[in-house]
Amino acid sequence: MTRMTGADAIIRSLEAEGVDVCFGVPGGMIIDTYDALYRAQANGSKLRHVLARHEQGAGHMAEGYARASGKVGVAIATSGPGATNLITAIADAWMDSTPLVCITGQVPSTKIGTDAFQETNATGITLPIVKHSWLVQKASDIPATIKAAFHVAQTGRSGPVLVDITKDAQVAELDFKYPDHVDLPGWNPPRKVNQRQIISAARAILEADKPVIYAGGGVINGEASAELLELAELTGIPVVTTLTGKGGFPDSHPLNVGHPGMHGMKYANMALNRADLVIAIGARFDDRVTGNVSAFAPNARVIHFEVDAAEIGKIREVQIPICAPLQPALAKLLGELRKQIPEGREGPAEWISKIAEWKDEFPLRYELGDLLKPQQVLEAVRDATAGRDDIIWATGVGQHQMWAMQYMVCDRPRSFITSGGLGTMGFGVPAAVGAKAARPDATVICIDGDGCFQMTSKELTTATLHGLPIIVVLIRNGYLGMVRQWQEMFYDERYSQTDLTGPIPDYAKMAEAFGAVAMTVTDSSELDAALERAIAENAAGRSVVVDAVCDSQEKVFPMIPPGASAADILEYGSHEKVKEFEAR
Amino acid sequence: MKHTLSVLVEDKPGALSRITNLFARRGYNIDSLAVGQTEREGVSRVTLRVDCAEHSLEQITKQIYKLVNVLKLTELTPDDAVEREIALFTVAAPPERRGELMAFADHYGARVSDLGPKEIVFEMVGHPEDLDSFEELVRPYGIKEMVRTGRIGLSRAVRH
Repeated sequence: MTRMTGADAIIRSLEAEGVDVCFGVPGGMIIDTYDALYRAQANGSKLRHVLARHEQGAGHMAEGYARASGKVGVAIATSGPGATNLITAIADAWMDSTPLVCITGQVPSTKIGTDAFQETNATGITLPIVKHSWLVQKASDIPATIKAAFHVAQTGRSGPVLVDITKDAQVAELDFKYPDHVDLPGWNPPRKVNQRQIISAARAILEADKPVIYAGGGVINGEASAELLELAELTGIPVVTTLTGKGGFPDSHPLNVGHPGMHGMKYANMALNRADLVIAIGARFDDRVTGNVSAFAPNARVIHFEVDAAEIGKIREVQIPICAPLQPALAKLLGELRKQIPEGREGPAEWISKIAEWKDEFPLRYELGDLLKPQQVLEAVRDATAGRDDIIWATGVGQHQMWAMQYMVCDRPRSFITSGGLGTMGFGVPAAVGAKAARPDATVICIDGDGCFQMTSKELTTATLHGLPIIVVLIRNGYLGMVRQWQEMFYDERYSQTDLTGPIPDYAKMAEAFGAVAMTVTDSSELDAALERAIAENAAGRSVVVDAVCDSQEKVFPMIPPGASAADILEYGSHEKVKEFEAR
Repeated sequence: MKHTLSVLVEDKPGALSRITNLFARRGYNIDSLAVGQTEREGVSRVTLRVDCAEHSLEQITKQIYKLVNVLKLTELTPDDAVEREIALFTVAAPPERRGELMAFADHYGARVSDLGPKEIVFEMVGHPEDLDSFEELVRPYGIKEMVRTGRIGLSRAVRH
C-alpha cells in the first residue's frame, strides 16, 4: 500500500492495466489527473498521452487505437463540454462494440447538482450508450472502479464504459493497492459453449446445399479470424464479411464473396438471398445489410454465433442459436465437424460455381470520364500498396467509405477501421491517428471525403506534433456526396445544402498549416507518382494529404434502395431504374 | 399485453434508471413501479408492470440481463405468483352515503384509515385487480385523491 492522491491512483491504475497510450484534452476538473500524469512521466512512467485538439478526436483516436490493437482504448476529458464532446465517440464505440474506457473529471461532490461551472451529468447523458458507468466520489473507490471499468469494457461483447471522477476524489488521498479481481456479481457474460448446439450446427452445415457464412465485426473483436478461415476451408463454404467485419476473413481468399448490403457487391447479396443456410458469426443483421428483413435470405435456416444474447433473434428468427464467445465456439465447431465430415467430402461445388458465375457476371464497375473518378483513385491507392501486409485503412463516412469497402483489399483483421453502426462523419482522421499510435510500424491510410475532412482535420496537428504520421487520401468531390446521391436519385435533384464546392477551403493550405505534406491531384496521370511520393514522405515521418479532385456526379453502385431487398439491387448505369423501382 | 417483471438489482445509484431507460427509449410507458429492500443486504427488488409487445419484451429483458447491476430477472405470471398492492383512496362521503361506502369497504376488506366530515380515506391491501374493482365501485361517489404503491409480487410457495 502506498499513500497517494486519487489523481495519482488514476494514473497508477492505468499503468496497472498495461495502458501504453491514452488520448485526451485537459481541463479544470481533470487538471489534478494531468498533474499526476506529468509527475509520473517526470519519474519515468512509460504512459504516453496524446493531446487531441478536440475531445471527440480523443475519443475516435482511442477507438482507432482499440480497433487496431485489440486492446482497450482510453480517452480522458474534463467535465461539462469535455464530457459532452466525447459523446459522439462513445456512441460510435457503442454501436461498433469497440472497447473504450472514458475517464472524465467532475465538479466536486459538494457542487454536484448545483449547475456549477462546467458541470454536466455525464453518467446521465451517456446512460443509453455505455455498457456501464460509474460516478466516483471517493478517492478510495478509484482503483477498484478502474479495474471494473477495464473488465466490463473488454469482456462479453466489448464496448465503451465511462468513469466520472469528482475533483475532490482526485485531490483526496488513499492507500493505493490495485485489486487483483473484480467484484461484479451481476456481470456474467457467456463463457461456455453448449456442445449440443454445436452438434446441431455441424449437422446443419453438412446438410446444406447452399450455405453462406455471414461474418461481422464480432469475428475481429472476438479474435476468431483464424478459426473462421479454418471453418471456411474445411467446409468449402463461401464467406461474406460486413463493413465492420472486413479483414476478419481475407478479402483475396477464393472463398471470399465480398460484402453484403446496401452498397455491397451484387454477388454477395445474391449469395445471401439464395442461400439455404446462413451461418451468422458475430454479425447483427443490421438494416444496411438486410434491407427489407422479410425478403432477406428468405429460404435460409440461420445459425447464429454471437456472444451477446440480446442480438440473437432481435431482427431475424434463428434456428440454431449459439450464445458464446466466438473463438472457443468456432474451435468446438471445427472439432465437431472434423468428427462428422465423411472421408473425401467435397464442399458445395455446384453452389460455389454458381457464385463464381455471379462474380463474373456482376463485377464492380465504373466508367472513366473526363474528370477523375473516386474509384480510379481508390484502385490506384490499392495498387500502390498491393502485397504489403503493414497497411491499416481508416475511413470517414459516406460515398468514399463505401468505395473503400468495395475496392480496398484487406487480408488481415484490424486492418480496416471504419464507423459502421453510428456512421460518424469525421471518424477517419482521428481514428487513423489512434491506429498509428497502436501500430507505429504500420502505414495508416485514411480514405476521407471533403465533408468528413472538414469536421476533424485539425487532428492532423496531433498527428504531426505527436509523431503519428498518417496519409489522408481525400476524395474531394465537392459535395456531401452520399446525401447528394440520395437527392439526385430520390429527391428529384434538389441538392439542398450539400454543395461544398467553391474556392475555400484550400485543402492543400489546410494540410500544410497542420504540418502535413500536401499534394493536389486532378488528373489520373498524376495519381501514381503522387501516391508513391506520399508513401515515401510518410515513411520519412510526415503526414501527407493527397487532395484528389474528383467527379462530383459519381454515385456509389451497386445500391439496394432503402427498404428494398437484394432482388431490387441497382447496378452501375441502371440509374433510370430508380424511377421504375419507385413506381412499384 | 401487460407483463410484470421482477428484477433483483445491486443497490447502486443509477441502477433503476438503467432499467427504465430500456422501456423509455422504445416509447413504452411503465404502468407501475415498486422498489424496495430484499432479504439480502445491498440488493433491491424492482417490480415493474408494463404494457408492451411480446417481441419487444423479450429484447428488453435480454438487455436488462446485460446490465452490470442486475442480478436476476423473472417475469411474474398470474398463475405462478402472489401479487399484492396497497392503495389509499380519499372518497367524498356525505353522511347519507357513508353506510353504502362502509358496506363496500367491508366486502373488499378495505379499512378506514382516516375519517373527516366530508370524506373518508380508505386503505386497501390486496390483489391489484381487486383494488381496481374497489376503485370502480367507489368512483361514482367521487374519488378526491388516490395513490397506489404499484404491484409487488413473489413466486408462489407451491407452483402450479
